[in-house]
Amino acid sequence: MTTATTTNRKVNYKQGSAAGRWIRHHLVLILGLLVLVYTFVPIFVVVLMSFNDPTSRLIYRFDGFTLHNWLNPCEAEGMCGALSTSVQIGLLATLGSTILGTLIAFALVRHDFVGRSSMNLLIFLPMASPEIVMGSSLLALFVAAGRGGQLGFWTILIAHIMFCISFVVVTVRARLAGLDDNLEQAAMDLYATPQQTFWRVTFPLVFPGILGAALLSFSLSFDDFIITNLNAGNTTTFPMFVWGVAQRGVPMQVNVVGTVMFLVSVLIVVGGEVNSRRRSAKLV
Amino acid sequence: MSQVAEQQPTAADAESYDGLRLRNVTKSFAAFTAVDDLDLDVPSGSFIALLGPSGCGKTTTLRMVAGLETPTAGSITLAGQDITYAKPYQRPVNTVFQSYALFPHLDIYENVAFGLRRRKSNEVDASVRDMLELVELTSQARKKPAQLSGGQQQRVALARALINKPEVLLLDEPLGALDLKLRRSMQLEIKRIQTEVGLTFVHVTHDQEEAMTMADTVAVMNAGVIEQMGAPADLYENPQSTFVANFLGQSNLIEGTIRSRAADVVTVDMHGVQVSVPTERCHADSDKGWVGIRPEKVLIGAPGEELDAPGNTIPGGVVTDVSFVGVSTQYLVRMPWGQELAIFQQNTGRHRLFAPGEEVELSWRPEYAFLLDFSQDASAGSQKVDAE
Repeated sequence: MTTATTTNRKVNYKQGSAAGRWIRHHLVLILGLLVLVYTFVPIFVVVLMSFNDPTSRLIYRFDGFTLHNWLNPCEAEGMCGALSTSVQIGLLATLGSTILGTLIAFALVRHDFVGRSSMNLLIFLPMASPEIVMGSSLLALFVAAGRGGQLGFWTILIAHIMFCISFVVVTVRARLAGLDDNLEQAAMDLYATPQQTFWRVTFPLVFPGILGAALLSFSLSFDDFIITNLNAGNTTTFPMFVWGVAQRGVPMQVNVVGTVMFLVSVLIVVGGEVNSRRRSAKLV
Repeated sequence: MSQVAEQQPTAADAESYDGLRLRNVTKSFAAFTAVDDLDLDVPSGSFIALLGPSGCGKTTTLRMVAGLETPTAGSITLAGQDITYAKPYQRPVNTVFQSYALFPHLDIYENVAFGLRRRKSNEVDASVRDMLELVELTSQARKKPAQLSGGQQQRVALARALINKPEVLLLDEPLGALDLKLRRSMQLEIKRIQTEVGLTFVHVTHDQEEAMTMADTVAVMNAGVIEQMGAPADLYENPQSTFVANFLGQSNLIEGTIRSRAADVVTVDMHGVQVSVPTERCHADSDKGWVGIRPEKVLIGAPGEELDAPGNTIPGGVVTDVSFVGVSTQYLVRMPWGQELAIFQQNTGRHRLFAPGEEVELSWRPEYAFLLDFSQDASAGSQKVDAE
């Protein structure tokens, strides 16, 4: 409203530049919208294609609307098996890396031990090194250990826990380092034993960091292709399945999985936001 | 240095003493000794302030009483029980932290209830309500700490500690983060609550005004030891060391040679002027000393003017600086021996103002002077930390 009246007033003495001025006023908004479109178009395509009724496997084109893909997601051969493997590995890797990474983060922040500073540095390395290097060295390790024939679910899980740990440590450590020491001292001063202090004060305050680390771990694990592919043996995860079928024409059910994954992430983000807003609204 | 140190307590003494008692407590961090062989008695129900500049060991002393630091040597007893090595959660002591340290994830009610819940009290709800009423925060019970103002958070911290009815409540510079006006009203508020609940309070501060306003006993600490301990007025009027004389208020310290020591007065030659100091205010053993006099005790007049003081008149002063601050006028007067003395004169309207360069005479009543040991540094404690 304000912009409109301002523009109208100025038109009187400087005609013709109204459009230009409107663009100048809204440039940031326009750019922002363009970036959003750029980000969301691929996702929109995935959502759209999940309702596609293709006439040919070889042409990736929207031919007609159907709910068939949604009603028969496991029709695509091997997809549900791969998906189930990915989810299982994702959950186990999340559990393993979150527990180990949280313990490492506590050790790094709370305890002084020989090698702490080098540990602080080394924990970054897995994040910084190329996946292909980590994947191939892990493969070399498994083969050298005589497990070359047993590549599969467990070797993938070991690999995923390994590369997720760094991210967990970094996330939890940041949260923990920002925690005021006085809070734990205050809890102890108020008759809380060390165990009670941990569960009543430290853990609830660090928990958002741990939760964030767990979500990150799951998505890293679910996502991973390079390291997984090198250490998978005959096991197929969802990304490997997609890669495999991409050469023969992607079944539309892959888009269903993609859409569901996207909706789940949206739900988590929106749910978290709503929850925190409701909590602060209730307090005021 | 402290008076209590001179009485050697017996073991039986310690057991019958119902207050807080520190004996020979030392705390060293690597090469640095924060607290050095400290003795302190805090009678039950009293309000004591540990006053000193930052780094003097006052907070370390408090943390040792709370159990958050372990003494390197010495013992701490509370109501006859040795708590030197007891865990923080095992001692009947609670702390109000400088940063308040309220639990950000719990609301005000749960913050205050925290201690009672840990001890499985049956009357959590009634006690919390009473306590919130005492600190006037009943309406804020369901808010989170971050939604309260600094002064309200401070009161929550106080309530959270007080509700446990500790034997000793420790206050670690609890008003440092508040603005001046709020600080003044909280000082009176805390004093009121202490009188009301009758608990023992140990207050740590670097603000001398705060210490004197709130506490009935002030212990001035410096470099890990208690320099002097006593009622605020005693400390101010009769300091026993140059540190106390300078840290608590302001003092003029003038070099002097002791001429004679009588039963009631000590006569000192101060750059050719004979002055007397009451014997009980004489804390110098050698034949030299610092004659101390507070600026507001010094009278200033024109040469030959009759001053309301039966002591000797010290002639030959020249006014070098005048600051008019409303209620009083502050002069700096250069004496014949080169030293500049500070004088505060109340603006009662009976005196005329002197201008810089004017010749003046100074005088004071002998009973206000004190004599300090010459071996002490005359400027000790004068670099005090400003109260923000």
